[in-house]
Amino acid sequence: MEFDLLVNAIIAGLMLGGFYAAVTAGVSISFGMLDIVNIAHPGFIILGSYIAYIVNTSLGVDPIVISILALPAFYALGSLVYQVYYQSFEKHGQDSLRGLAFFFGLLFVTEVALNLVFGVDYRSVTAPYIGGSLSIGAMEFPLRMLVPCLVALAMFAGLQIYLSRTFIGRAVMAVSQDPQALQLMAVDPIRIKRIAFSISLATASLAGAFLIIIQPVIPSAGRDYIGRVFAICVLGGLGSLPGTLIAALLLGVIESITATFYGPSWAPAVAFGLLLLTLAVRPSGLLGR
Amino acid sequence: MRTPLFILVLSVIAAAIYATFHSVGNDYLFFAGYTVLQYVVLATAWNILGGYCGYVNFGSAGFFAIGVYTTVFLYTLGQSVEDVFPEFLVAPMQLIFPLPLPILVVVGGIVSGLVGLGMGYLTLRLRGVFFAIATLALAVVLETLIVNWDFVGGSRGAYVIPPNEIPIFGPYIDFLFALMLILVVVSLTVARLIERSKLGIGFATIRDDELAAEATGVPTLRLKLIATVLSGALFGMAGAPFPYYIGYVEPGSAFNLSYAVNSIAMPMIGGTTFWAGPMIGALLLSTLQQIVTVTISSAVNLLITGLLLIGFVIIAPRGIVGLWQDWMRKRAERAQGSKTTASAEGSPA
Repeated sequence: MEFDLLVNAIIAGLMLGGFYAAVTAGVSISFGMLDIVNIAHPGFIILGSYIAYIVNTSLGVDPIVISILALPAFYALGSLVYQVYYQSFEKHGQDSLRGLAFFFGLLFVTEVALNLVFGVDYRSVTAPYIGGSLSIGAMEFPLRMLVPCLVALAMFAGLQIYLSRTFIGRAVMAVSQDPQALQLMAVDPIRIKRIAFSISLATASLAGAFLIIIQPVIPSAGRDYIGRVFAICVLGGLGSLPGTLIAALLLGVIESITATFYGPSWAPAVAFGLLLLTLAVRPSGLLGR
Repeated sequence: MRTPLFILVLSVIAAAIYATFHSVGNDYLFFAGYTVLQYVVLATAWNILGGYCGYVNFGSAGFFAIGVYTTVFLYTLGQSVEDVFPEFLVAPMQLIFPLPLPILVVVGGIVSGLVGLGMGYLTLRLRGVFFAIATLALAVVLETLIVNWDFVGGSRGAYVIPPNEIPIFGPYIDFLFALMLILVVVSLTVARLIERSKLGIGFATIRDDELAAEATGVPTLRLKLIATVLSGALFGMAGAPFPYYIGYVEPGSAFNLSYAVNSIAMPMIGGTTFWAGPMIGALLLSTLQQIVTVTISSAVNLLITGLLLIGFVIIAPRGIVGLWQDWMRKRAERAQGSKTTASAEGSPA
């Protein structure tokens, strides 16, 4: 039954990859397009998970619905964070060191604050589809994985359409290349960056809900995703959403196969190996310019 | 001040601290003091790469843990000489093991420095951000490796039992404390030497404008590698005595995120461009942490650290040293302004 095992590992990996794509989408925008190294993103994702957890356990609402309702709040949070970042760092030119330390501090504070409020116990949500599973022949599709994956892909498609078809979306793509030219088109690059960063942070709300559907969450869970998120981002090519999706699926499959055949405790090392390999062989990534 | 004199002064201060602590005769003082000194070394080590070159290392915990686990590995090796080595090597190996702690510190430093070299070689040729991200991931991967490595205890952890007493020093913690004091002297001397040498000027050019430095012929990659190796080695050296300090090591404690946060926060709060900055930050912050841990809770102390880091980075980007320099300059300007208004506006850069 080795073959069945492999097929199921690949399927699980693809679904995991869909979820990874949602986790990475925000960083792909902030790091890839805006050049803002938001390493606090996984922290905000965990925040999203806990919001889904609170509302779900007290009111019984579906976690994904909660996360969609929480989008405006995360958008506002994103605007706030960008405003602070812009005022204190970006405006004075390139001081990436302090910017990095700022986001690192944010990541840490989020984690410790969640720790203080909720403790270090694993938290999970309830939804009708958690536990169910769809099987076609020998192939298993646990709904716990399938639902987040499908919603994630829908979100990804929406983002891609928004960025490539609308005026503001195109301006976001342009601001990474030439903010001055953008100013000549009578667009304020700061406003565009703020919008883009807010969108990137809003994706953390959805990704957080996906995460807590897939597995129970503790405050420090965000750290495991930092390596993955940036590995995917770099592997896909900075600033390329399709590249990000391909890289996410690829990492999901490789991790899933590693976990199936060598044991799950080795899975976290895969992302790092992939990251180092990419940096050494092709730093511009799969679909990078 | 010339370097030999500087070392002498530092050593005298270190000896005075040791003598004072010894005369108080409270073991807790040594335990708390050890932690504070350890952070002075970590902060200074971080600053060699972070403050001087402008390359952020988020993997401090990883480098620290390399030192920790080098000791655990060699200790375990010493405990099981008969099982590990072929028969003809058992007798000579029994002579060598157990290795004395100072040698373990040196070995830990070498291993950690080599890992820094490898990491740096792969990632330092790219933009600084990639290096930062790679170091962040490094800690996770090293932890994965250690968790899966049964010889050093895996996820269960490993016991390292220090002797109760040691000649000359008395209780073992006194010896560890003295060792840490020596490491503090070493790391401060290294940092100060770098700052005043050509190497330090080279580092500063990388921090200020790497492209321009490269164009004027500064061997940037080589300098960055030197910085990474030095900084990594100091991290490893600070980590090597840790198993003897704590007695029981598991991956969660060796790779604790608080090492990464503290070794960034302390130089940032103290000031990154002056050798004493990280020390000032480490002394203030870790003393505060010791107090808060005892009086409130350890979770709150981490929260305070994080908030202080964010606050300082936004409000006082040059740290306490920067604040002090600004204040001195303003005072000097005011004094000058009252004497004569004719002098030029040339303020020292």
